[in-house]
Amino acid sequence: MSTRLATGGSRIDRSKPRRFTFDGAGLRGFAGDTLASALLANNRMLVGRSFKYHRPRGIVAAGVEEPNALVNLGTGARHEPNQRATTTALFEGLTATPQNVWPSLDHDIGAVNGLFAPFLTAGFYYKMFLYPRAFWKHVYEPFIRQSAGLGRAPAPEDADPDTYEHFHAFCDVLVAGGGVAGLQAARVAARAGQRVLVLEQTSHWGGRAPVDGGTIDGQTTEAWTAATLAELAALPNVRFRTQVMVAGVYDHGYVLAHETVADDRPGAKGPRHRLWRIRATRIISATGAIERPLSFAGNDVPGVMLASAVRDYIAHYAVSPGDRVVIVTNNDDAYRTALAVHRAGLTVPVILDARPAGGGALMAEARAAGLRVETGRAIAKVLGTKRVTGVAVCAQAGEGAVLDTIPCDAVAMSGGWSPVVHLWSHCGGKLIWDADRAMFRPDAARPPTDHTGAGFVTCTGAANGALTLAEVLADAGATGQVDAPLEAALAPVWMMPQGAGPKLRAKAWLDFQNDVKVSDVQQAAQEGYQSVEHAKRYTTLGMATDQGKLSNINGLAILSDALGQPIPQTGTTTFRPPYAPISMGAIGGAARGDVFQPIRRTCLYDWHEAAGAHWEPVGQWRRPYCYPRAGETHQDAVRREITTVRSAVGLLDASTLGKLIVKGPDAGRFLDLIYTNMMSTLAVGRCRYGLMCNENGFLSDDGVVARMSDDTFLCHTTTGGADRIHAHLEEWLQTEWWDLQVYVANVTEHWAQFAVVGPKARQVLEKLGGLDVSKSALPFMNWAEGTLGGVTARVFRISFSGELSYEIAVPVSLGRAFWDALLAAGAEYGAAPYGTEALHVLRAEKGFIMIGDETDGTVIPQDLGLDWAISKKKPDYIGKRGQERLRMVDPDRWKLVGLETLDGSVIPDGAYAVADGRNANGQRNTQGRVTSTYFSPTLGRGIAMGLVRRGPDRMGEVIEFPKLDGSSVKARIVSPVFYDPNGEKQDA
Amino acid sequence: MRDAVTALHGATFIGRVTVADGGLRGMVTLRGDLAAPAMAAAAQVIGLTIPAQRRVVMADDRAAIWMSPDEVLILVPHAQAEATAAALTQALTGIHHLAVNVSDARAVLRLTGSEAALRETLAKLAPVDMDLFGMGEVRRTRLGQVACAFWMVDSSTVELICFRSVARYVFDLLAVTASDGGAVGHFG
Repeated sequence: MSTRLATGGSRIDRSKPRRFTFDGAGLRGFAGDTLASALLANNRMLVGRSFKYHRPRGIVAAGVEEPNALVNLGTGARHEPNQRATTTALFEGLTATPQNVWPSLDHDIGAVNGLFAPFLTAGFYYKMFLYPRAFWKHVYEPFIRQSAGLGRAPAPEDADPDTYEHFHAFCDVLVAGGGVAGLQAARVAARAGQRVLVLEQTSHWGGRAPVDGGTIDGQTTEAWTAATLAELAALPNVRFRTQVMVAGVYDHGYVLAHETVADDRPGAKGPRHRLWRIRATRIISATGAIERPLSFAGNDVPGVMLASAVRDYIAHYAVSPGDRVVIVTNNDDAYRTALAVHRAGLTVPVILDARPAGGGALMAEARAAGLRVETGRAIAKVLGTKRVTGVAVCAQAGEGAVLDTIPCDAVAMSGGWSPVVHLWSHCGGKLIWDADRAMFRPDAARPPTDHTGAGFVTCTGAANGALTLAEVLADAGATGQVDAPLEAALAPVWMMPQGAGPKLRAKAWLDFQNDVKVSDVQQAAQEGYQSVEHAKRYTTLGMATDQGKLSNINGLAILSDALGQPIPQTGTTTFRPPYAPISMGAIGGAARGDVFQPIRRTCLYDWHEAAGAHWEPVGQWRRPYCYPRAGETHQDAVRREITTVRSAVGLLDASTLGKLIVKGPDAGRFLDLIYTNMMSTLAVGRCRYGLMCNENGFLSDDGVVARMSDDTFLCHTTTGGADRIHAHLEEWLQTEWWDLQVYVANVTEHWAQFAVVGPKARQVLEKLGGLDVSKSALPFMNWAEGTLGGVTARVFRISFSGELSYEIAVPVSLGRAFWDALLAAGAEYGAAPYGTEALHVLRAEKGFIMIGDETDGTVIPQDLGLDWAISKKKPDYIGKRGQERLRMVDPDRWKLVGLETLDGSVIPDGAYAVADGRNANGQRNTQGRVTSTYFSPTLGRGIAMGLVRRGPDRMGEVIEFPKLDGSSVKARIVSPVFYDPNGEKQDA
Repeated sequence: MRDAVTALHGATFIGRVTVADGGLRGMVTLRGDLAAPAMAAAAQVIGLTIPAQRRVVMADDRAAIWMSPDEVLILVPHAQAEATAAALTQALTGIHHLAVNVSDARAVLRLTGSEAALRETLAKLAPVDMDLFGMGEVRRTRLGQVACAFWMVDSSTVELICFRSVARYVFDLLAVTASDGGAVGHFG
């Protein structure tokens, strides 16, 4: 059993006990424990079940590479799945449950899947779901739903109670990793005067050095680390932080890092996680290396651990994985574990060294300590199911004939080390295969490059393939004297024993979480998979939440062997950010709740809300759709508002309309090029409706232009067009017509603009007083500036409804006060506010088009009968040549018409008019579609506008619109102007 | 005449920094050839000079903020904006330019607190190197999801402008960000 040792544990504080719960059981640990070390201290080796076969899974590693010990952490709204026990700091009251277990961790009936293992081999999903078809719905899908998957998703109704934030940081040199290499590299950069930021993913400095030993200039590595940190702390140009994982490196030195601020303090004030968004000129990746497992039968049985993890648990947490620990290795490093186990007073029954000649100084030290070392030996298979009970020993060179059986409680395995090259690789740094060390390491000649073509990421220390303390220090630019044992060369061991037969290979795990075995990868190769990327997806090797940190190199070595090609020819799969999972909360940052997204508010927002407005999002603006009164449906409200406008006077908050000032000696010339019609001839004080198209001739925006003075125009755009059209004008001025003397300013937000619309509109303004708004003083399509109700205002006589209408602009700071005055003045005339839906219906009754309804990016003004707004005299305007293309002048184009249903009903939005025959796909042919469709309270019937093939030539024809319910509605083609076709009302 | 109001109606939030409605401010967009002698002369008429790239010039109750290679934003007391635009237009007669009153298009927010807390709060929301950002500088950038610009009035005061329609968003975002418990300690 695993247990807590009586003494030791550099990271735990035995004076601070911590109570926690796992799988319903109350357990105890200490401050400084990880959840994993605390579980081991409580003899909880079995922590979960694997993805496919529901095999028992134990803790394998001590860090971020852990594939097995994933738990559901927390309860209620703070529940979070897939949390790694090895990187979760223990805190008082921590609650965790195992994942993928049913009905319980100990008695999981899913483990029966193991019996069907032959059917669940590589490519299972691809092969099995095809036939017979009915099996998918009734067998496979329910079966997989029940048994596959990892953590339990948080309840959908639970909102995360924690907060998150971003932080933008800048530096010359970002050092990822606070081990010996990272600290030394930081010291070099800092001494050179660079602005340095050092980020360490764990809570501790020094990396593996405190456990792995050695001395630097006579100092222990702990003392060296402390001295180096003290030196860095004294420098003003260095910052360093723990618990920040560099997650990804992107182009131009952009780096994302994830800080766990308060995971161990649930409910604490401040953010739980912080996402660092960093710009670094240069990145030094000192991310270390990860130990590889060995592929022997039963290497997934709980109790089989990485050798480095075993000694980490002993040194940091005083946790023994078991009384008797068998060591199996192909390198010298694992002897450190043997010695650590021995010094902790535990037993090492045997060290199985796959190398025929064994190792160097460390092996000698082990032998001197009285430990039994067997060279050329391997594990034939692990005994035990939920827990290691022993190992069967064989010759590495053979096929697995058992020479000896040794009882034990744990196995510490080491298959060599793989540099963590992720940050090097994210932006395209290339790797080379180092055959001597059996590792892919960064190829310094092919780094990821910046805008100058120079490399912007360097790797140092173990991340660069330097594995011993002396190599690491030298690689990081130090000249110190290192005292550490010399190590003999490793021997690559990809399968154990090397001649393992099919039965052993089918129990030798590569990917513990996803249940991928040596036999699966070999089968993929047999079935023709050659690319490592394809084999990965076919077998799911490396696709688990650990992203193959332990399994990738072993897997591709097996694949290479099966394909009969050298490892470098197979290559690696792609390293993509993030290095390890980061929280969605951190990615979202502060953007949640009230500040999830910006809401643009007019100066009347509060008034609208108090008036009971039903909101409509228009871009980021919120506009009132209608103002329902007590007992009214939205439909009732819209109809009432329309009737108010047509019979009395309605008030509209039109502040969101875009307003652009265009000024300069060439302003008229410029606008003649921008609009399809002539603007330079517009007289000062007059207004003109204009159309803007894109280069292809398609209608892009519309609005009224008012001439302010000889050299100044005010161009109104649609609400959604304000920023877009402003950018459009600037782009043409800056890139094409830079010779034109024109400046543009977007004054949209300076003005509140209100439409006063209806037969009694003039009376309301006259009551406000101060400006002559009579027909003679201010005729239709004119504007004037003056004082209205004591406020300096601009009054435009323009109409989007067909009624007598004034649009009044006042500075926004006076907007609310002016609106209140309008309401007061309008009261006796029955004035009431109306919303966007009434606006839409009013304009449709009058046959006015709406950008986005009648246009969709494929419609030219000519399609909409707007030829009158297209100048024939101008030599050019944006879109002119596009509109001359053959397809654009085709008489068969769908053109705007009005549609009047024969039965008075409303045609469904988006309905298509069918034509005779069927197309190549067997669908009904079409001859038109509805673009706007409403019930018109003014006319008491459904009205619509639509685009119909040769529509204007077919007045009076009846066409048919099928509906979703299978019936159809017939409509007569009519003029789109349903209301006041002669324009007498708006001109009143 | 009626009283003009701001978007934030005088709101204040007190946290690691204090976020407050900066009140009404007169603003004039001035576009033209910033290097032209006439432009310098026009600026002098209103008691300012033309700021260099990414700089702000402050003088008593007014300021000139560099916005782009051909645009400056003039800040004056709210009631003086129209007259300031007119004065600039007058001074630049015959020279191609644009001077327009945009006072109400933007909201002003005033952040006060320790210099480190101010820098940290901004660094959480804007992709700006707050290590190097100094007095006399202005940065047009984004704050969360909207455009803004800010400058330091003194070591304990930052002024920030955003479009008026998003003033509430910016205020709320700054309040969330400046709440207690979020110290990074990056700027000391």
